[in-house]
Amino acid sequence: MTDLQVFFQQLITGLSCGMIIALIALGYTMVYGIVELINFAHGDLFMLGSFLALTIIGALGLDQVGVDSLVSWGIFPLFIAAPVFCGALNWGVDRFAYRPLRDAPRLAPLVSAIGVSFVFLNLGLFWGGAPMQVFNMGGAAAAPKDFPALVSNRNLLGDSVIQFTAKDLLVMGMTIPLMIGLTVVVKYTRLGKSMRAVAQNATAARLMGIDVDRVIGATFVLGGALGGVASVVYAIYNNTIYFQMGYRAGMDAFTAAVLGGIGNLPGAVLGGIVIGVVRAMSDQYIATEWTNAVVFSILILVLIFRPSGLLGAAVREKV
Amino acid sequence: MAGVRYARILYTKTHWILLAFALLLPLLDLVIPREYQFTDLMRPIFIFAVLGLGLNIVTGYTGLLNLGVAAFMAIGAYSYAILTCDIYPFQIGFWPALALTLVIGACAGAVLGLPTLRLRGDYLAIVTLGFGEMVQDSLKNLESITKGIQGINPLPNPVLFSYTFRPDQHLPWYYLFLGILCVMVLLNRNLEHSRIGRAWIAIREDELAATCAGVNPMAAKLLAFAMGASLCSLSGALWACYLGSSGEPGNYDFQISTIALCIVIVGGMGNVSGVLLGAFVMIGFNSIVLVKVSSFLTQKGMISSGNVLSNPNNWKYMIFGFALILTMRFRPEGLLPSRRVKAELHLMHRESMARAKKAAAK
Repeated sequence: MTDLQVFFQQLITGLSCGMIIALIALGYTMVYGIVELINFAHGDLFMLGSFLALTIIGALGLDQVGVDSLVSWGIFPLFIAAPVFCGALNWGVDRFAYRPLRDAPRLAPLVSAIGVSFVFLNLGLFWGGAPMQVFNMGGAAAAPKDFPALVSNRNLLGDSVIQFTAKDLLVMGMTIPLMIGLTVVVKYTRLGKSMRAVAQNATAARLMGIDVDRVIGATFVLGGALGGVASVVYAIYNNTIYFQMGYRAGMDAFTAAVLGGIGNLPGAVLGGIVIGVVRAMSDQYIATEWTNAVVFSILILVLIFRPSGLLGAAVREKV
Repeated sequence: MAGVRYARILYTKTHWILLAFALLLPLLDLVIPREYQFTDLMRPIFIFAVLGLGLNIVTGYTGLLNLGVAAFMAIGAYSYAILTCDIYPFQIGFWPALALTLVIGACAGAVLGLPTLRLRGDYLAIVTLGFGEMVQDSLKNLESITKGIQGINPLPNPVLFSYTFRPDQHLPWYYLFLGILCVMVLLNRNLEHSRIGRAWIAIREDELAATCAGVNPMAAKLLAFAMGASLCSLSGALWACYLGSSGEPGNYDFQISTIALCIVIVGGMGNVSGVLLGAFVMIGFNSIVLVKVSSFLTQKGMISSGNVLSNPNNWKYMIFGFALILTMRFRPEGLLPSRRVKAELHLMHRESMARAKKAAAK
């Protein structure tokens, strides 16, 4: 591989990882935009989504389906079940853990979110010990689980040295339409309009006849569903899942959301892609073990010069 | 005037009762059977109480969300280890090392605070979170200095005058750590009512109003960050001393930071007694109740390795999580709130109740 080829290879890897990060980051940034809450449980929700996907694979015996074509048909039920599950779970969390705290000080829902994240983490540990063949029965509950290869690793560029696999295509084919769809929903639908209204001023929105709690609930469902899609894409892309993966992924995604300007949807996507590419480049050109430090140094540098993130509007403190 | 104030602060009745309780607690070991004794397991509570007091300065008084206290704890533990371990040229002994750890921690806090303190709330939180990760990774990667994942060990036993604390006798250790905690409690109480403490609380309530009243917010916040970090480093040094090793970098992860935050918030933000109670409840559960229950169940042969549900340690985060959610739901001011925070919350509660009533009347 020449230097240029290495660079392009890392760019492709970075873009794919970055898009997955962006999908998770959207969940953080939507919730933050509307209720100003760092939803710490989002990363662990994402983890539960991938465990559900693996359970479904085990239940339907999808891991037995060989990949002779590029994509096994088995991914379709996953892409329906995981978003529905994560969306519903996220709605439930909002309903029972966050909604009662709307009038409480800012730290209260945050601590509640940390609590939910602990509960999810623990559920993931228990789920990993489930007596199913796909969960590596008899192995430790905490051990990483193999996720069957449902999408082929074949290079779509033929004999080229640079690898662009069907997995990369899947990531982009799933994420880009979703982002366009989300933009349409937020910009042009009634729900999107209400979401923007609640984000700007909840009291005024209520006076205009908007059911604020319903809109917030819908935001949680949307954010959770995106996390659910991300969990399946991540599991197929990386072929391994473990119950602590929500922390790492959530951290990257949250950093992406802040980097782009938290509360800003295009910002989250941009932040995710920047983080993905920076990670890939740092793995190649600096050293893998320093990648986290590189990511956070860039975050701190960006925040020092643009305290509201890359695309965030400078907010004047209310007096 | 100063004398009157100090008298009130030093002789708060609750603290006397707590102190008497803590001093007499080891007597229980005389009456309860060997396998239920827990005095030797109390040290983590004291260490985490010091950590909680450090975070209480930053989050409780000043209202800055810090999600990276584990980093300062790690800095403290490694500084202490490097200053005392015999594979390094320093070997300056227990007390000088503790004192230097405080200074190093304060410097680390200032280094993090200087560029980042002008960020707004949640941006500051993510930067501190990132700092925690960076410190952990740096400790892991700088193997020539930190010995990587092995940690630095063995560390010498602390010496007080000519008495050496040996690991097999846990009672002297208990009183040593209790003594250090008492000094820190005293320091915190006095800080809270000092000029700078009142400035911190004013910033928490309303930064703009505090600035108008003549508080320099940057200086006060920086001082809060430095002092908080310095207490957190001290807790790290004590932790290293307790383990006899710096521990591995992975020990100082995000879980530690969240547990510290929970100690402060569940106990009662901005209140020293609350932090002590929070540490007692959270760490007491983690390092005494869980340990005793698992050893009991192991004895009875009720823990099977194949069933993940049978080991009580696997339930830890579930219980922690529900405790946090329920505390926030039913007592958001914490178990023992400071009077000021409680008054505010109840005022707010009354307002929201009035709003709800109006809405219902409609």
